[in-house]
Amino acid sequence: METAALVVIAFLALAALAPSVLAPGDPLAISPLDSFQPPSLSHVFGTDESGRDIYTRVIHGTGPSLLIGIAATAIGLGLALVFGLLAGFGPRWLDFGTTRFLEVLFAFPGLLFALLFIVIYGPGVVTSTIAVGLSTAPGYARIIRSRVIQVRTSPYLEAALVLGRGRPSRIARHVLPNVAGSLFVLATLGIGQSIVWASSLSYLGLGAVPPAAEWGAMLSAGRTYIASFWWMTFFPGLFIVLSAAATTLLGRGIQQRGRES
Amino acid sequence: MSALLSVRGLRVRFGEAEVVSDVSFDVQPGECIGIVGESGSGKSVTARALLGLAGRRARVTADELRFDETRILDASAGRLRSLRGREIGYVSQGALVALDPLRTVGREISDSLRLHTSSTPAQRRERVLELLADVGIPDPEVRAGQRPDELSGGLRQRAVIASAIALGPRLIIADEPTTALDSTVQAGILDLLERLRDEGAALVLISHDLAVVSRLASRVLVMHEGRIVESGPSGSVLAEPQHPYTRRLIAAVPTDRPRGTLLSAPPASTGFGNSGVTAEPAPDAARITPAEPLTPEFPTTPVVVASGLSRSFGARLAVDDVSFTLERGRTLGIVGESGSGKTTVARLVLALDRPDAGDVRVLGEPWSTATERERRALRPRIGAIYQDALSSFDPRLTVGQIVADALTHGRSQRAGVEVAELLRRVGLDEGVMNRRPLKLSGGQQQRVAIARAIAPAPDLIVCDEPVSSLDVSVQAQVLDLLDELQRDLGLSYLFITHDLGVVRHVSDEVLVMRAGRVVERGSTENVFRAPQHEYTRALFSSAPRIGGDRDLWPAATGGS
Repeated sequence: METAALVVIAFLALAALAPSVLAPGDPLAISPLDSFQPPSLSHVFGTDESGRDIYTRVIHGTGPSLLIGIAATAIGLGLALVFGLLAGFGPRWLDFGTTRFLEVLFAFPGLLFALLFIVIYGPGVVTSTIAVGLSTAPGYARIIRSRVIQVRTSPYLEAALVLGRGRPSRIARHVLPNVAGSLFVLATLGIGQSIVWASSLSYLGLGAVPPAAEWGAMLSAGRTYIASFWWMTFFPGLFIVLSAAATTLLGRGIQQRGRES
Repeated sequence: MSALLSVRGLRVRFGEAEVVSDVSFDVQPGECIGIVGESGSGKSVTARALLGLAGRRARVTADELRFDETRILDASAGRLRSLRGREIGYVSQGALVALDPLRTVGREISDSLRLHTSSTPAQRRERVLELLADVGIPDPEVRAGQRPDELSGGLRQRAVIASAIALGPRLIIADEPTTALDSTVQAGILDLLERLRDEGAALVLISHDLAVVSRLASRVLVMHEGRIVESGPSGSVLAEPQHPYTRRLIAAVPTDRPRGTLLSAPPASTGFGNSGVTAEPAPDAARITPAEPLTPEFPTTPVVVASGLSRSFGARLAVDDVSFTLERGRTLGIVGESGSGKTTVARLVLALDRPDAGDVRVLGEPWSTATERERRALRPRIGAIYQDALSSFDPRLTVGQIVADALTHGRSQRAGVEVAELLRRVGLDEGVMNRRPLKLSGGQQQRVAIARAIAPAPDLIVCDEPVSSLDVSVQAQVLDLLDELQRDLGLSYLFITHDLGVVRHVSDEVLVMRAGRVVERGSTENVFRAPQHEYTRALFSSAPRIGGDRDLWPAATGGS
């Protein structure tokens, strides 16, 4: 399972970093005569309403789609780290305040919160990335806070205190590395979710906009023709599912390994 | 008379590994058999195999494994279930976790009545109260309605026994029934088991503690690496052990070895059971110069002076007006049962907690009244080792990193050499440097903790139950190591333990604590020879000893 996930991730990474290797064509080149071609040898994933090759577009869309997912996760985790460390290390009132604030954020369904943000700041790739990051942050922050508290009150931190280590050195040597371990697992588990969310926003027309080659936007464009030309939505959808599943599987695998050792 | 339980050639394999080989014994009604061994000796697996509970991966074979008329290996799952409930009672090792935290004690016990008898709820309730009273639980009506977390360890263990004997089983298998309990509580549980035995139940008592087994068992089996290395009447096995392993095991018990006697060196012949010998060491045990002569030639400031320490948690006074002075090169033992406040004292001395009243001075400097920043300079001169060494290590770090972290110059070039030297000093191979503590044995983990504690060249080490979770022979090695380090490095120890034998072996002076107060103090010799306080006497007399009737602490029973 994990090997399969790694193969998929390697393929996606290649597609993201060097799309021309896998699909030398231009994702935006239109060819009206070839519109709505079903998958064939010349167009493995078929073509869309303007005759653009869907395979080329899906491959070229990997970079932007994954970037949105990864950036959103990074934003979410970064914010969560700040909140989690504040709550975990700060005085009691700060912990109390931060935790209540996070609970308020929790009360909004994640995607609704992202939509609110976009309503205020306007649609676009950047805002939708930030929106997804913001809406995932409270969940991460809760986990990080409890992990910080767990490490902070552990016997080995007490042992470091007994050895005469100051607070900054205890945090740098023991707390951060131990929190980082679980953070990495969270990140791999979260990227899949962020990709799906970012695609959802693009699908709703709030993120990347057609004709940009982005999976969510492609889904959105194909929606009109879903009854007659299934391949226009199927292949971008397949890639969303593949990337989300692969990163999640990898995350689980790492988590499992961490538990065993 | 045919035996109630008969075991011949019992073998248990897990995959390739044979963890129990060729174990044979009989148990008669009203008889107690003791199985003694250290962790990994196969004694618990043996017990579980007798119940048909060895687990799916275990391959159990035996020439004969018979309970009364039932051949356990051929019995159906249903037959085994009814056997386990009705005829064989099992008191498991983890008594503290054996009860469902969400159910009341009464329900837990009435379950076995419900499953194995036809009775009305009212009858069951009455029987539960009877059972609870029977095992010595006060206020059965109240206790039956409580959940396990509302009960103390001793009461919980009694409740587990009550559920094991609910149906009047003819055989009781008790696996380390008193291991996690204080000695006065342990004495009560052993009395209870003794009574059940006298009432005719057969008892298989499994323990790592020779003294516990010798109190109840008429015959003892000593297990080592899955084999029975020695068996016989408990009196003769303990008095004249034949097998070297048994001898080593008995010699390792620190019960009556005074300071300066090696515990881990194997004595050449018996030193136990000679009646009339009280506090004399085994004549041929390795003897070394005691640490006493280390008293300095010139006057120095005491390492720790605690005066009038008090600390309360909520309404509970955990430490109440405790004062003591610890001189350089000496060991002060603090002994007491759980909840006596001894660990709180350790935390106050380590300045992990602040006293409500009183203060601690370390090396003449203010300590408990200082700020953490002011303390930092002195911190390296006080080390600590804990009961659970593993949890005191950062799980990400290797042994080498853990020890290097304790050096003030941990990242420097010579650190590697010094870490290797420290590990060698505590009897560890240099090769463990790159390993993680999780992969080491309990004794090795405690050695790593000791290496870390001595790395900054401290004056004092606070030892909080450092050997309590170790097997007796490993415990002996660790105690010997601490003794050696004290002599070589001039260390002072504040040694906290519930184990009277250990405290007697290691300390120059003793404080006996109860409910936060010091009830007795003095030189170890005096306190153990002639305890003044009633509680100290009760504590001493409740401690089980090897040889049962042999009197190690004459004053404890009023003699001397």
